[in-house]
Amino acid sequence: MTDAVQHPQAAPSWLKRNKLAVAPWIFLIPALIFFAIYVVIPIFESLWLSLYEWNGLYGPDGESTAEWVGFANYAKLWDDPNFWTSLRNNIAWLILYMLAVPLGLFIALFLNQTVTGMRFYKSMFFFPFVISQVVVGLIFGWFYNPDFGVVGTVWKAIFCEETTNILGNVTFTCSRPAPDILSSPEWATYGIIAAGLWPQIAYCMILYLTGLNNVAADQIEAARLDGAKGWKMLWYVVVPQLKPATFIAVVVTVIGALRSFDMIAIMTQGGPFGSTNVLSHYMYEVAISEYGERYGYGSSVATVLFGIMLFFISYFLWRMYQDEKGGR
Amino acid sequence: MFPRPIEKSTPVARAAYQAFLPFALILWLLPLLAILLTSIRSAKDINSGNVFGWPSEFAIIENYTAVFTQSAAAQYMWNSVLITVPTVAISVALACLAGYALAIYKFRVALPLFFLFVAGNFIPFQILMVPVRDMSVQTGLYDTIAGQFLFHAAFQTGFCTLFMRNFIKALPFDLVESARIEGIAEWKIFWYVVLPLVRPAIAALAVLIFTFVWNDFFWANVLTQGESAKPITAGVRALNGQFVNNWHLVSAASLLAAIPPVACFFLMQRHFIAGLTLGAVK
Repeated sequence: MTDAVQHPQAAPSWLKRNKLAVAPWIFLIPALIFFAIYVVIPIFESLWLSLYEWNGLYGPDGESTAEWVGFANYAKLWDDPNFWTSLRNNIAWLILYMLAVPLGLFIALFLNQTVTGMRFYKSMFFFPFVISQVVVGLIFGWFYNPDFGVVGTVWKAIFCEETTNILGNVTFTCSRPAPDILSSPEWATYGIIAAGLWPQIAYCMILYLTGLNNVAADQIEAARLDGAKGWKMLWYVVVPQLKPATFIAVVVTVIGALRSFDMIAIMTQGGPFGSTNVLSHYMYEVAISEYGERYGYGSSVATVLFGIMLFFISYFLWRMYQDEKGGR
Repeated sequence: MFPRPIEKSTPVARAAYQAFLPFALILWLLPLLAILLTSIRSAKDINSGNVFGWPSEFAIIENYTAVFTQSAAAQYMWNSVLITVPTVAISVALACLAGYALAIYKFRVALPLFFLFVAGNFIPFQILMVPVRDMSVQTGLYDTIAGQFLFHAAFQTGFCTLFMRNFIKALPFDLVESARIEGIAEWKIFWYVVLPLVRPAIAALAVLIFTFVWNDFFWANVLTQGESAKPITAGVRALNGQFVNNWHLVSAASLLAAIPPVACFFLMQRHFIAGLTLGAVK
């Protein structure tokens, strides 16, 4: 009896002894399996599939009809003008989308006050980020419409003269026709990017508002006593303290620029003549088109996009790794 | 505080600032206000070209009922609910477990695994598209609600785990340490010590994931074809084709699609912003 109390088990079981080594895996397994099935494995499948030609069909025996073509898909990409247009547009997105970071900071500085009703203004300025990009795309598609959109209406007010003919119908004579931004191969992409900037600026703004909230007041006061103000204060004292916010703003903006799909699908579907396509949309168009599925070719476009993204992801992870090392 | 608080400037500057605020807001939200105004116009206004001025009559009830009676909008909305709610539940639950494991235990692959989740969260959707679509077709999940929420849940687990892990890492480790000394089982520490403390993180993730998934458009196109499983974002696009030039109806439908995330944001603003700005301050 007493013996049993003193030694409930002669030797603790393997599980008990290794409890701290086993436990994390028990907690991790559900998420890992799920994440592996839907995210990790498909990445490698896509990479592999980009070396095949496949219409997505299976033979009667259940075998996929994919055919090995090696790097032929990539060779085809090299000669595909639509691919290069998409890539060029991706670069335009990346560069112009970055405007969201300074503009977001600018609005955050404008709103970083404590007058009555400020909370309301801050949340209303953030509003565009909450609504779906599909809705933003529709709003701007209509906004840009040369006939009955806001751009068209404003244009008419400035450049057009309203005349009523004998039948009483109102017609407009315009000194120059209203610009149809989304139908113009040169301007459509910029129109879409401008629309995309709207929610992205809101996102950057909220990041900076949070950052500004945590700027060390004593440093600002000290700098103020030293006579720093305006741009100098902003650039040398405030912006360095906003570094974490800037980092996140850049990360989400890069990701957002490369992920842009919804607005293009809604506003132009890549047109006119493929001039607004980006890799993400072109991939979708190629892989699932009316003319049958081209999974292999689509995967090669996706692989290129993935490669570009991987470059940024590696940098972000490296930065995070530096923080982890320094943090603890 | 930067910039210098406006209360410290002259009364004139303060008044000018206060007066300028609403003006700036209207300018900023102009596209949205325009569509809001359009959604309550009558068809007569649209046809006569009065699309920017004040509506000649208000057709708010007519327009919004027309969206529901003339299209499958109600079905789309309901589908969106059926997709987003399970996604939130699954991904947040999995992330609580995984985040706990990655934050509390010191094992060699903890950091690489964490980075795997982080990286997965940044990748372009297109690299997953073909295999996920093929897998869904093979398993009969194509064009179903379940097919969509399973994918979303798995994908969002990446972001949720990133969030949870960092949140739990910031908790005082002594809590876990002392519970261990007391001899409390590991799962009990998770359930009784850590889980009650991460409630704010759960709330933040719930509203964020709800919004992200509600607003998803890409996967709705990749994983569905008919009306039966389409969420409202893809539905709005379909309506846009159906209501050609009926801008008042398209506007009303778009705004309806935006209501749930907007409501979610305004009701849970603090959590929403805390979630989005995680890491923006040190």
